[in-house]
Amino acid sequence: MNWLWSNLDQVGELILVHLALSVPAIILSFVFSVPIGWVAHRSRWAHSVLLSLVALLYAVPSLALFIALPAVTGLTLRSPVNLVIALTLYGMAVMVRTAADAFDAVERDVLQSATAMGYSTTGRFWVVELPLAGPVLLSGLRVVAVSTVSLATVGAVIGVQSLGSLFTDGFQRGIEVEIIAGIVATIALALGLDWVLVHVGRLLMPWSRPEVKNVRGEPTPVVKRVDVA
Amino acid sequence: MNLFLDALAWLFDPAQWSGSGSIPQRIGEHVWISLVVLLIASAIALPVGAIIGHSGRGREVAIRVSGGLRALPTLGVLTLFGLWIGIGLSAPILALVILAIPPLLAGAYAGFESVDRHTIDAARAVGMRESQIVGKVELPLGMPILVGGIRSATLQIIATATLAAFIADAGLGRFIFEGLKIRDYGEMLGGSILVIILALVVDGCFAVTQRLVVPAGVRAARSPELRSAPARPRAVVGHAINEGNQ
Repeated sequence: MNWLWSNLDQVGELILVHLALSVPAIILSFVFSVPIGWVAHRSRWAHSVLLSLVALLYAVPSLALFIALPAVTGLTLRSPVNLVIALTLYGMAVMVRTAADAFDAVERDVLQSATAMGYSTTGRFWVVELPLAGPVLLSGLRVVAVSTVSLATVGAVIGVQSLGSLFTDGFQRGIEVEIIAGIVATIALALGLDWVLVHVGRLLMPWSRPEVKNVRGEPTPVVKRVDVA
Repeated sequence: MNLFLDALAWLFDPAQWSGSGSIPQRIGEHVWISLVVLLIASAIALPVGAIIGHSGRGREVAIRVSGGLRALPTLGVLTLFGLWIGIGLSAPILALVILAIPPLLAGAYAGFESVDRHTIDAARAVGMRESQIVGKVELPLGMPILVGGIRSATLQIIATATLAAFIADAGLGRFIFEGLKIRDYGEMLGGSILVIILALVVDGCFAVTQRLVVPAGVRAARSPELRSAPARPRAVVGHAINEGNQ
């Protein structure tokens, strides 16, 4: 416990560094995924190509991607930008699929009504499709946020500072408390971001909870589908 | 591109292909660890998930456990077990098992739960025993989702087994950490390429399996129109049973 009291400010600093790595990745993956998911929803050809690509990306082990990425981008291995790009790609691996599902789940009758009322494709997207897809998009974003925070710690083994540095340092110096403090701080950060997202979601979308229709035509909580994705 | 040439030079260097710590040996270790972990974790998680999915009991707990464990940082668990248990294979294997349980549990209960309640009621009505319902109705119908759960668990195991080389002298991750230590980027990249190939090959096998395990009857009933969902309620029979059930 002594370690923790004398290093509290270091943990606090690492929490901020960790946020600076994960928050941009979470936002970027959302911003890129929504249009890509929408394209996948619009054309069946794009659907199969994009979703296969995303599934391939999802299969690539994180450490291997962290190391292979600089060979493509020309960045240095220890560059935080490298890590943010990798985390963004992983976020997209989950988010593109969820976005496509979210737009698929919007009732066709509603879209046809909107078109009949005179909405253009663009107008319909912003006013009808996006808000209706919102709850499912949010559930995907929550998964991305939690897994990004957890995944960012892996960067520590290649020398990118984050809460993961507490794991590598604690392991090398044999300080158990340091590792436990890192785990607790990582989980707390993930839950904190999740809490923020839930509340932002409630502010932006004060209507129904997320639901998608399953095979039976009965509503199923979306979280369950994302779990197996 | 120079960097990729370094990696290729490393990959095709005959010295890497024989002796101790060679590429084939590391691939073997990686596959072996992943397989052992998958078997242990499946033996724990799949039956529990099946019971939850079949009975519907404990579903909330299962969702919370599998969702909550997503926030658990793999590196933290690995290093903590490494400190507790010491150098050797038991620490990474134990840590990997714990990390593999949530996706397997989620796959199993989601698979069993995805089966249409009407189908299960029908199976019960024609006189199937509970064990027959599980084995002959729920298992085959839920199989694609179940295999999907095993697929994502396996990918996670392969990825985390790479990281496990940080605490143990085993697996393809050794090349990455070795290269990191001696600042040989070619070796790190070569090791990463091997891990990526391994993961993609395994993923491909699972993708094929996932298609194969769809029961013939389900495949035949699938409408070719991907996005269309039936707008009207389907069978009248379903409603009658549904009413009786509620």
